[in-house]
Parts: sequence; C-alpha cells; structure tokens
Amino acid sequence: MRERQGILQNFDWITVLLFLLLVFIGWINIYSAVYNEEHSNIFDFSQRYGKQLIWIFAAMGIAFIIMLIDATFFTTFSYLIYSLSMLSLVAVLLVGTEIAGSKSWFQFGTIAIQPAEFAKFATCLAIAKYLSTFNVSLGRFRSKIIALIIILLPASLVLLQNDTGSALVYAAFLLVLFREGLTGNILLIVLLIAFLFVITLLSSKLLIIALLVFTALLMLYFMKRSKKNIIVLFSMLVIASAFVYSVDYAFENVLESHHKKRINVLLGKELDLRGAGYNVHQSKIAIGSGGIAGKGFLNGTQTKYDFVPEQDTDFIFCTIGEEWGYLGSLVVLALFITLLLRIIMLAERQRSNFSRIYGYGVASIIFFHFMVNIGMTIGLLPVIGIPLPFISYGGSSLWAFTILFFIFIRQDASRLELL
Amino acid sequence: MISKDYQNRKFVIIAIFLLVGILYAIRLFMLQVLNNDYKLSAENNVLRYITEYPARGLIYDRNGVLMVYNEAAYDLMVIPRQLTAFDTTELCSLLHLEPDNFDRRLKKARKYSYRKPSVFLEQISREDFGFIEEKLYKYPGFYVQARTLRKYPEPIAAHLLGYIGEVNKRELKRDDYYTQGDYVGKSGLERSYELRLRGEKGLSVVMVDVFNREKGSFAKGRYDTSAIAGNDLHISIDAELQAYGELLMQNKLGSIVVLEPSSGEVLALITAPSYDPNLLVGRVRSDNYIRLNEDSLKPLMNRAIMGTYPPGSTFKMVNALVGLQEAVLFPSTQYHCDGPDSRPIRCTHFHETPLRLNEAILQSCNSYFWNVFRSLLKSPLYGHDSIGFRHWRDHVFSFGFGHKFNTDIPFELNGNIPTQAYYDNIYSPGHWRALTVRSLGIGQGEILVTPLQLANLSAIIANKGYYYRPHIIKGIGNEENPYEEFSEKQYTSIDPQHFDIIRKAMLDVFEDEHGTARWYRIDSVLICGKTGTVENPHGDDHSMFIAFAPYDNPTIALSVIVENSGFGSTWAAPIATLLIEKYLFGETKRAYLEERMLSGNLIDKE
Repeated sequence: MRERQGILQNFDWITVLLFLLLVFIGWINIYSAVYNEEHSNIFDFSQRYGKQLIWIFAAMGIAFIIMLIDATFFTTFSYLIYSLSMLSLVAVLLVGTEIAGSKSWFQFGTIAIQPAEFAKFATCLAIAKYLSTFNVSLGRFRSKIIALIIILLPASLVLLQNDTGSALVYAAFLLVLFREGLTGNILLIVLLIAFLFVITLLSSKLLIIALLVFTALLMLYFMKRSKKNIIVLFSMLVIASAFVYSVDYAFENVLESHHKKRINVLLGKELDLRGAGYNVHQSKIAIGSGGIAGKGFLNGTQTKYDFVPEQDTDFIFCTIGEEWGYLGSLVVLALFITLLLRIIMLAERQRSNFSRIYGYGVASIIFFHFMVNIGMTIGLLPVIGIPLPFISYGGSSLWAFTILFFIFIRQDASRLELL
Repeated sequence: MISKDYQNRKFVIIAIFLLVGILYAIRLFMLQVLNNDYKLSAENNVLRYITEYPARGLIYDRNGVLMVYNEAAYDLMVIPRQLTAFDTTELCSLLHLEPDNFDRRLKKARKYSYRKPSVFLEQISREDFGFIEEKLYKYPGFYVQARTLRKYPEPIAAHLLGYIGEVNKRELKRDDYYTQGDYVGKSGLERSYELRLRGEKGLSVVMVDVFNREKGSFAKGRYDTSAIAGNDLHISIDAELQAYGELLMQNKLGSIVVLEPSSGEVLALITAPSYDPNLLVGRVRSDNYIRLNEDSLKPLMNRAIMGTYPPGSTFKMVNALVGLQEAVLFPSTQYHCDGPDSRPIRCTHFHETPLRLNEAILQSCNSYFWNVFRSLLKSPLYGHDSIGFRHWRDHVFSFGFGHKFNTDIPFELNGNIPTQAYYDNIYSPGHWRALTVRSLGIGQGEILVTPLQLANLSAIIANKGYYYRPHIIKGIGNEENPYEEFSEKQYTSIDPQHFDIIRKAMLDVFEDEHGTARWYRIDSVLICGKTGTVENPHGDDHSMFIAFAPYDNPTIALSVIVENSGFGSTWAAPIATLLIEKYLFGETKRAYLEERMLSGNLIDKE
C-alpha cells in the first residue's frame, strides 16, 4: 500500500498532461483531415478518426498497465525485451505483409502491426541497460562497439524491410551517447558530414574543395603550428575532399530512385510538381494558407484527402497549420519543445543511470521524429515517411510511443525508491 | 557519480532542441504570416488544379502525309464538395442528358471522391462547349477541362495506328504519370510509342471564388508547369499504297503485308475487314467498340499479325532452299509425278514428268516437294528421321517463322513450327518418320505462319538470304532511325548462292508459259512470285501469294492472303501485282483487272 501511494505522489502529472494534450490535438486534426459530410459521427468506426479513438483508449489501457508493473521489471528484462523485438523484426522480413512498398507489417485480420515501431523502445531499454552496467564506459573502444551494435542491429533490420525513414530514427541515439560521454567530435563530424553531403549535391565540387582548402589555411593561421596539428588538419582535408568526390557516387548508386528524387526536389535541383515535389508543395500551400489564425476547425480547403495523400499520417501537421494557423502551429511546437525539455529535466533528476539514459533515449527519439516530420511538411527536410509522435494516425505508432513514454514515467515515479 | 563529468552536456542537447524549435517557428512565420502567395481571400476561395493536357504527337507516313492529328474537345468536370443548390433541369437540357443519367453520373463522381475532380461528361464538342461555358457561372463545382481527341484524315490503317482509351487500373498502378480519366495508347503504334507520343502534362493552379469564377493564377504562376507536346512519329507506311490495298481488299477477308526488303520497313499492313479509325474516338467509342467486337467477321482482329495460316505452296521455296543447303537437292534433281494419282501426296497440277526444281516451283508440284522433304529427313548424315526433322526445323526457324519479330508491332503471334517433342508426344519417340509428317513438305499440317512472316520470306528471297526485322518506325521527333537494332541484318542458315535458282523459278512463275501466275505478268517490270492454295478445313481454300519486284534489285516484297477464295492465282496474285505496279509506277494500267478485284465480294457469296 505504501508503495502504491508513493507512485501516485511521485507521478509526474505535468508531463502526462503534455502527452494527453498532444494526443487530443492529434485526434481533432485526424477527424478534420478525414472528415466528410456523409460520416460526421465521431464514433463511426469505419472512419479513421473512429479507429484512432479505439487506439487512444487502448493506449490509455497500456499506460495504466505499465504504471502497475514494478519499475525494476524493465531493468531486469531489458535484454529479453530487446531480443524478442529483434526476433520480431527478423520474422516480419520472412512472413510479413508488404504495405506501400515496405515489408514491415504483421497482418492480423484487418489490423496491421508494425514491429519496427516497437523496436524503438526495446532498443532504448537495451542501450540504457548496457550503458548503466558497471564497468562500461564510452571512453573504451569495446563499449563503444557494443553500444553501436545494439543500435545498428535494429536499424539495419528495419532498412532491410525497405523502411528507410524508420531506420534513420536510430541516428537519434547519437544524442544519448553524446550525453553519456561519447566524444563531442563525433557528433560534430556527423553534423559536418550531413552538411557536406547536402552542399556537395548543391554546388560544384571544385568550389567546395577550394572552400575547404581556404578554411584549412585559415585554421592553420590561427592555430598553433605544431607538426601534429598540421598533420591532423591535412589528413582531415584529404578525407573531406575524398568524401566530396564520393558523395556523387553514393548518391547515384546507393540511394533508391525515389529517395534521390526527393532529395533533388528539396534542394531545388528538380522541379517535379506531379511527383515527389507534389506533396511538399501541397503541404506548403496548405500550411501557408492558414495565415495567422487559421481557417478554423473543419474549414481547411487544401488539407483534405485529395491534395496530400497522407493527410492524417505523415502530413498531419498540414491540417494543424491550415486550420489553426500560425498560432496553432506555435502551440504544437511549444508543446513538443516543453515536453522534450521536461523529459530532459526528469532524466537529470534520476538517481539511477538506467533511468537517466532511458529518459534521454525517449527525448531523442521523440525529438528526431518531431524534427524530421515537421521539417518535411514545411519543406526544410526531404520527404521521409515517419509519423509525428502522439499526433499522426496509426495504432502501432501511438502504442509504441505510449509504451516508450510511460516506461519512463514509471521509472520516474519510483526514482526515490532507489538508494 | 560517474556521469557528473558530462552533466553539462545536457545544455548542448537542450540547445539543439531549442534551436530546431526556434528555426521551425521562424520558418512557419515566413510561410504563414509573411508570405502572401499562400493567402486565399476571405471569400473562402479555393484552389483549382487544372491539368494542361499536352498535344499528343502527330503521325506522318513515309512521304510526309499526315495520318493522325488532334482535335480539341472538352470534358465537363465536377467537384462534388463545391456544389451548391442548382437548377438540375436546366443543366440537364444544356448537356442533353436525361435526369436519371444525370443523377447516375453525379452519384458516380461522389462515390469516386467528394473533393477530387472527376469527369462528369466527357468530350463535349466545340459548339456545345460554347453554350455550356456561358452558363457555367450558375453552377459552382463544375468546370471545363480542355483535352484533345485523335482524328484521322483518311479512314485507313486503323489496326496499325491503334487507338487510345482511358487508363485502366493496372496501367494506373504501373505508371504514376497517369491519373484517372487520362488516355493511353491501347493498341498499334499508339501503344508501342505511348511514352514518346504522350508528351508531358502541365499543371496550372488557379484561384476560384464562390461564384465559380477563375480569379487568375495562384502565387503568380509559381506552381504552374506548362505542358510539353509529344513527339511526332514518322512511319514507314506509304499511306497511298495502304489506302489502295485496303480498297482492293474491300468485301474480302484476309490481309496484305508489304515490306521494303532493303530495310525491313513495312510499307503497308492491311487487314480486311477493317474499320474507320474515327469510329473509336470520343464519346461514340465504347458503343462502336462493342459493335465491332461482336461482329462475326472480327474486324478488330489484325489478321496481318494475328491471323495464322498454313503457308501452303509458298512454303515450297523454303523446303527447296533447305534441301539445297543440306545438299540433298540439286538444281538438276529430277522426281517423278503421277498427278492426281501421286502417293503419298496428290498433285493437283497437270504437267510433264519427271521434272526438275525450276519446273517444280513454277508449276507447284506436290510430289516433287514431298520427295525433297523425305530426302531431307532421311539424310544419311542424321541416321533417323526425327534427327533430320530437328535440323529441318532449325533452318525453318532462321527464316523468322515460329517466333515474333518483337519490334514495334504489338500483339503479333508466333505462328507455329511443330517441334520434335510435339511429334514424340503423339507418336512416342522414334515411332514417326517423314511419311508421318509428310504434309509439312508442302506447307500443310501443323505448320502455321502469319502474313507478316510470309512477307518476310519474300523479302529474304529478294535479299538472297537475310532480312531486317519488320518495323514501322522511321523517325521520332527530329530523331531518325531511333532504334539501331532494327537495322541489324538477320541471316538465315542458307548460303546466298542457293537463292539464284529459286529467284529464277519465281520469276518463271510469271514469265514461263506454264507459270501459275503467267496471266498477270506486266511488261514494265520483272516480278517474282509464288502462288499458294491453302486447304482450309472450315470452308473454301485460302488464296495466297508472295512476290517481290523488280527481279534485279527488289524494292518491294509482299504477301497477300484472301480467305475462302480458292486458288492463289485467282485473287491473291492479281492483287499482289496491282500493288507492285501501284508502288513502282504510282498508277495501274490494268483497269479491267482492278475492276474485277474491286467488285469481287467474297463475304456475301452464295
């Protein structure tokens, strides 16, 4: 009895409230995106908003169950959950159903479950467990490699399912590793590589190399001109130049044509209003036409099913932007940022390393989804089909985020039991 | 705690989160507040996406004569969601629609999508369009979309040119260029060259107010793309020859294929009965299609590539050439013939006996070619008839028989050259001999060829041993001979020197006093040919003829098949010579013959 009271006392209502608000906003906008005059009953379960209502209630049930489970359950069974999740990723490759080009679904009657969504929290548990193990330190080579394997295994299995978007999400763990002591240079280098990649596709290679050489000379001028520094600088220059030259090759040979196209469209190299560019243009028109205050609930004209095909899943933010305007968009942005900062705050107050690392994992994954999804609808990032957490339509995604999120809330509620 | 060292790193992460949040807030501010392109006025305007359909490529014949062009037509589109209450009866009378038909169309559009435009009434003529456009302001939700229809100045070459029709589900799925209601080439050249003919659709985004008035382009046309017209096709067909051939084939069943031996270009591809290609265009299309499809004479079938016939006596040249190549036959080889009493195959012709190869061809002796075929299969080189048969089949295959040419003529059939396995299956291996399959010696039995393959045989003999795969394209847009692989020589397995005697014999078919086509020789040019009379188990025999001319330097090779018309010399041969005359000299001098061919009605005969 005493323990139960403890949970309720320490339960972080503010964070959960933010979660509930986002889910509610999501449902309203799904209703509006799918709305049509002939089906206006909110309990019409043949419509997607009706179905989403079922997913939401089920998600609440899942959250409740998680709160009942002992906090140590998740630390104890981290690796088991991770292994089961990896098995499900392999199984879906063998016996899964292909939907929209990705073989990543288990079909149970009319319900389709996407195991890749659940692999995210499993990986999060495993990495938290591993990094919090005694004697593991990211300064050591062995630890680094094992951590990398834990992350890359699900990422490559998801990639094999032809679901590039979900595979990219695992890049989010870089933030977790950074927080836990991975050298900052790696984060910097990854950002630099992404920057070089984009800029290489945009302008001439010679110009970039000239720019790199110029930067190097500039750095040389300001740095201490020791032998070591010169060697490091020179080799970095060579590597960067080689990279610039290999980008084209990688772009032509490694990426699939629809990804190439999306990237080209984003970079403005290709104008393709019918194909890959169509969604982005539609999405920008929809959001842009919302103005400051928006057109009002159900009054959006551009964000109905006709213009952007995935209006209620990946492009749900269009509906928010059009019907609720800049103010509505800001509210959603603010809710997400507040939630993220709140999770970081909670993570930092944890006494156990496991809980803290897990918290950072939760924040990083939500952040990555948030950044990529909204970035794509406002034309800042290429079209990568991943859902907006808590808001997009879809049972698998909502449940997976609910589980991910509430395991952390559960850990947090028991933070005082330790020590 | 161990992690104390890295505590400050949380600020980096928080900074990244905030940075992205602020960046997005700024971007949204630009999109939603600063940028005016996206603002739609307070009257609740909507955007309308109008597809600009490109002009489909035109088709010209080898002499630059226009064969296919476009004509404007208009589709009435509807967006159910934008409909307001309107006077249904007035609109019905404006569109010449029955009220229940009107309701049905509206229901269908609603079912397809509430918000996406769909075609309400397709292909409105220019005159009707004028009336409708004037009144359209009364009917928000309706608008007119311009399109083009195919038109044919001359009602010829329907099968060859093919037709276009609305995309079906499979085509929609395969190529995301198309949207519901688009047109796509369904047969003939329209199908083969769809990707080149169709061009590139454009898109214009216009603002429309509540009174269904277009208020100009959205965002100063920034999202508009203009349509790019399709490429014109220049084809190898000679429209005049095609028209003349179709005229000669009127009231007959059958086909004519005319090739240019030196290039493999198809000069004419005629099938009878044919239809006016203008029938399969526009709103009348589906009714006409059903009518043509149900016609017992099968006017939609392209007999030139889909009709398969035993080649009959025209195949005797092939057996002779294989015999010469395998050295079981020589120009001087003589065989005996007992005329109608011959065994195992009757000979229908009366001629002297014994006779040599030359006379055997020009008089089409069956006994002679049975003997040639037997000596081929029983060649001492091979030991057993079935092995000899296999070699015979390989030779025949090299003439283009038994397989498709796979160029730009869709839906051609393989024909059939029976395999050893086929007979092994029937008679069990080793239990059949030349005698069992004797009909093949005179081009009868299981062997089936298309008129296109027969015309190609004629071209092979004209070329002394090789051919180019028959094709129709000459140029696309400004590009000449766009497909290099069409100008690769295909060699038969027969050496060139064996062709001289065959060509001479085919010349004698016209020039010799016993030749089976001697009545149709003309003074102005030396023609080589061969008659064929194909036994038809379902009715009267088919009349068949292959020919090429001039003898020395052939520029035309053709096959003619007239179904159920009896001897090759009565219908097919005169038609072939008339076409050769027409092609070489631009006119025909034998009015009496032309008259007889035109008046012949072989469909409604008693």
